Amino acid sequence: MKAKTLFDKVWDAHVVEHVEGGPNIVYIDKHLIHEVTSPQAFSGLESRGLKVLRPEKTLGTPDHNIPTVNQHLPIKDEQSRKQIETLSANCEKNKIELYGLNHPNNGIVHVVGPEMGHTQPGMTLVCGDSHTSTHGAFGAVAFGIGTSEVEMVLATQCIMQSKPKKMRITIDGDLAKGVTAKDLTLYVIAQLGTGGATGYFVEYAGAAVRNLSMEGRMTVCNMSIEMGARGGMIAPDDATFEYVKGREHAPKGEAWEQALAKWKTLKTDEGAEFDMEYTYKAEDIEPRITYGTNPGMGMGITAFIPAESDIQASELPSFKKSLAYMNYELGEQILGKKVDYVFVGSCTNGRIEDLRAFASLVAGRKKADSITAWIVPGSKKVEKQAIEEGLVEILEKAGFEMRQPGCSACLAMNEDKVPANKYCVSTSNRNFEGRQGPGSRTLLASPLTAAAAAITGVISDPREFV
Amino acid sequence: MSVDKFTLLESSCVPLPIENVDTDQIIPARFLKATSRDGFGENLFRDWRFSPSGEPVKDFVLNQSEYSGKVLVAGKNFGSGSSREHAAWAIADYGFKVVISSFFADIFRNNALNNGVLPVQVSAEFLKKLFKVVESDHSQKVIVDLEKQELKYNDEACQFEINPYKKDCLLNGFDDIDYLLNKKNKIQAFEESSLK
Ligand code: SF4
Repeated sequence: MKAKTLFDKVWDAHVVEHVEGGPNIVYIDKHLIHEVTSPQAFSGLESRGLKVLRPEKTLGTPDHNIPTVNQHLPIKDEQSRKQIETLSANCEKNKIELYGLNHPNNGIVHVVGPEMGHTQPGMTLVCGDSHTSTHGAFGAVAFGIGTSEVEMVLATQCIMQSKPKKMRITIDGDLAKGVTAKDLTLYVIAQLGTGGATGYFVEYAGAAVRNLSMEGRMTVCNMSIEMGARGGMIAPDDATFEYVKGREHAPKGEAWEQALAKWKTLKTDEGAEFDMEYTYKAEDIEPRITYGTNPGMGMGITAFIPAESDIQASELPSFKKSLAYMNYELGEQILGKKVDYVFVGSCTNGRIEDLRAFASLVAGRKKADSITAWIVPGSKKVEKQAIEEGLVEILEKAGFEMRQPGCSACLAMNEDKVPANKYCVSTSNRNFEGRQGPGSRTLLASPLTAAAAAITGVISDPREFV
Repeated sequence: MSVDKFTLLESSCVPLPIENVDTDQIIPARFLKATSRDGFGENLFRDWRFSPSGEPVKDFVLNQSEYSGKVLVAGKNFGSGSSREHAAWAIADYGFKVVISSFFADIFRNNALNNGVLPVQVSAEFLKKLFKVVESDHSQKVIVDLEKQELKYNDEACQFEINPYKKDCLLNGFDDIDYLLNKKNKIQAFEESSLK
């Protein structure tokens, strides 16, 4: 039998039909929906006179557009309120499980899926959100789709997609102290560039990846899209099984044993071929920070922005435009530069481990007066756990408060917007122009680097504090 | 929603020679609160097109009356970032039928095709030349022939790729859902045999 990659195994097992000269019809095991990309899909269904084919394989949670304070009060912004009510109404009408606002399981769709045990190895999972790649951390084939495709999956539980090419990224060795999963992923993106994995599905491998917790693996898979990949995945192992076991929607009893036997076969066979392979050394990875307006424009925290002579002539205009937006100079170092905001949260770094990391660094220290900090847990469950573990107390003593869960300043659809020209060290995933509010300037980094900035008020090397 | 048929288009072009144009620039997140598909064209490239106070930014190409047409020509890696189909809706709603670039992000490409907007990928050299030509003659027209998979202007021509299935969809104005609905029995059979 031909050696197969992990991706092949999961993908091939879900192909209903290969369309002549066209894409595959791929069966979807789990469909996650949220308020922003689903309303037009439901109205599309309605205008065609169709019903949701498998409501039990669909889960809804509002996240992008919800406030992160006073969630018990009616939402002030009328359009936001309407969008969230529309999701509730669509779920109710179509008998779709919903973790609505104030529900104890509510949260960012990519935090909620795994923590409730919806996300499992070997699945196909889609959502109208590009960071669906997060779920690949469990050995699932998970990817973001557009609204027309959301409609397709609602109507037929299938999607039409060409099979992507396969890439493996191996990180050998051990990450140094103060260097996290976020730094690893920012490093890889800077090597490949924002389009470097377009057309590919990535498998992450190597000791540095294997040694990551499930939270860390989710952070890595999450940002696969930032180099253009359709998705990223990591072969499931004991850490994966341990994480899934006992969660509300995980298989139980005999079904668990059966599932486990199947999941253990989910790894790339010896000799299986990839269309592209990259290998990096964990020792080369420092705490990272971005200085530009796409996630590929990043560097080690002590490094210097490339000088004019380091940039290809054809890329120079876009590069300069980006630096002008950030108000940084070619060739300069940004360590020690002023920061105004710190955002900890998002589906990249809004999980319990991220809050623990942030709290561990600020414990016994004080927030810099000049800093506005938004600490936003990824879900209600994360929020609860942070309180139970005493993290909130540590944060409060250091001068921070925790907000309520949601996407928040990751995309600034709700009130949480960084003002124009202000610098925000953010644990989220995108530093595009205006991403965190019109005119805002985003510096992507790990929760540790965010913590170092939060206590010093300037861009700082977290290794000095851990 | 089925899409408009696309066969042949002859139009002048709007050049946007910027690389890595991401979906947050095409349509910023704060405009994603609508629950219908209409009206996104108004906010296409909002923060490049209008100042914070809402004044048109003079040197942004959509505000320059000498440029018009149904073809947007953009720098490489167009449409990276989010999966928001609103980006494709905004482009379609504004009136573009074709986007030409030397590289497209995956999800954007699919979203565009699902909304009757044709992404035409050309070589970096072809793109560079096209930018030059369009910028020196604003009325320069290009012809996009989907049947022949050909992009032409003056004496220059190049072939572009499109998945034969997607091409068929666009030529005939049907979409994936129409196709999938015809496969109901197959899908059911798959559920019965492969999933327990
Ligand atoms: S946290 Fe940010 S990236 Fe994640 S789903 Fe929400 S908006 Fe998207």
